[in-house]
Parts: sequence; C-alpha cells; structure tokens
Amino acid sequence: MISCSEAVRQLWEYLDGALTDRDRSRIDEHLGACLRCCGEAEFAGELRRFLATGASATLPDDVRQRLLASLDDLEDLDDLEDAR
Amino acid sequence: MPAEGARVAAAAAGRQERFRRLVTGELDRLYGLAYRLVGRDAEDAVQDCLLKAFRSLDRLSDEEAAGGWFTAILVNCCRDRGRARQRRPDEVELDEDVERFSLFRKVADEDPFPYSDSLHVDFLGLFGRDDLHAVLLDLPEIYRVPLVLVHMEGYSTREVAELVDAPLGTVLARLHRGRKLLEKRLWEYAESHGLLEERTR
Repeated sequence: MISCSEAVRQLWEYLDGALTDRDRSRIDEHLGACLRCCGEAEFAGELRRFLATGASATLPDDVRQRLLASLDDLEDLDDLEDAR
Repeated sequence: MPAEGARVAAAAAGRQERFRRLVTGELDRLYGLAYRLVGRDAEDAVQDCLLKAFRSLDRLSDEEAAGGWFTAILVNCCRDRGRARQRRPDEVELDEDVERFSLFRKVADEDPFPYSDSLHVDFLGLFGRDDLHAVLLDLPEIYRVPLVLVHMEGYSTREVAELVDAPLGTVLARLHRGRKLLEKRLWEYAESHGLLEERTR
C-alpha cells in the first residue's frame, strides 16, 4: 500500500479526477485503510468548494461606460501603437 | 484621392463595428475573470485586452470562437499585470516546507477551536470572500492563474495549458504547488490578520 505522504500528495489530483486508473485505485485502497487520510481528503474537498465560491465581481456601471466609450478610440490607439 | 480615403474610412468603421458587436456581450464575463486574476487592476487589464484583441481582430476567423479568444488574450494581459505588480518572486517559498505543509494537519495540531466537532470547516468559515481574494492575489502569478482558472472558473487543466500556452505537465505541477502554497498562506493570513483570535475570543 502507498504511504500517507504519497496519498496526500495526490489528493487534489484524485478529487480532480486527473489520476490514471491505477493511481486512483491505489488512493482508494489507501483511503479504505487510513482514517487520517480520509480526513485529509474530506478537507481537500471542502477547500475546493471554498475556492469555487470565492470572490466575484459584477461590472460596475461606470467601468462599463468607460470600457464602451474606449471602443470608439481603439482605431486611434491602434495607430498610436503602430507609430511607436 | 477622396474616394480612396472614403473607402479606408468605411473599412475602419466596419472593423470597429464588428469588434463592438463581438465584445459588448463579453464585458461582464471578462471583467469578472480579470477581477479574480488581478483584483483592482481589473479595469486596466480589460482595457489592455480590448486593445490587443482589436489589433489582432483580423486573425479571428471564427466568430463563434470569439469568447475563448477574448479569454486567452485577457488571461495573458492579466499575467503581464500580475507579474509587474507582484511583491514576491515567482518561485519563492517552494521549498520542502511548502511541499510538506498540510493545512488539515496544521489545523488539527493547533486546534484553534477546542470545543468544535468540525474545526476544519470552522477554520475555512473564518475567511470572508475578501480574505480569500487577498490571499489569492498575494500568490505568485504562475500559481494564482491556474488555481483561479481551474477551481473558480471551471476550466480543465488541458484548457488552461492552451490558455497560458504551457505544457500540460507544467500546469499540473503549478496547480499542485499552488494548492500547497495556498494552504500555507491561508494559515499565515489567519494568524497575521487575527482571524483565530476573533473566533476564540
């Protein structure tokens, strides 16, 4: 059976579904026998969910207006860049 | 030659109109992604992206693919801005300490919530969205970008490899290191910002 450190090292990849069948079954075997690593795996899952709900931002109206207004100037800015 | 001048002006106006049509519906999404990648520099990053995209508009042959095309350009603009602003060099702290760090074990060993049955969940509960954002923004750009794209934006590692133009193996290694560094920085942030004291007070 693989060691705890090897199992922990691959936990996120395991949760991502990014491991080969062979590596996944080695982790499954380890988790079936190691309570501490089950805790690590559960926590890694929590951490993934926590990240997924992280900061988001809606586009503020004033920024939208500035970005839309800048579209009118792109041709001029493009010429400026060319001239550099 | 006025006729020639009019033709050039009409072509320029057409190009600008095409660009406006393609990008207007993308602005919310692009800004949201930029905010996650570079925080308060988001507006400037989107602005950089608009100019770069406009300059290479002729290379966009399939308008159906415009969304992914804008994303790739924006990610690169954010990487440039992130690299320029970051306080710490890219490979900092990727020593054995980080590789071996386990937030799960750290929380269990330090036991900041002695009477809790769910101390790990409680620990994550200390962080508001702004706290997590601050920790992410403080990560080196090479780790932050894959973490945000995979775990917050839902891209696959293969898609990220294409977006950042790096081999898949490199992206997987950066994700792995980035997660370890994130775990360590979450603990350090909780300590340095008094989150643990507030909770146990």
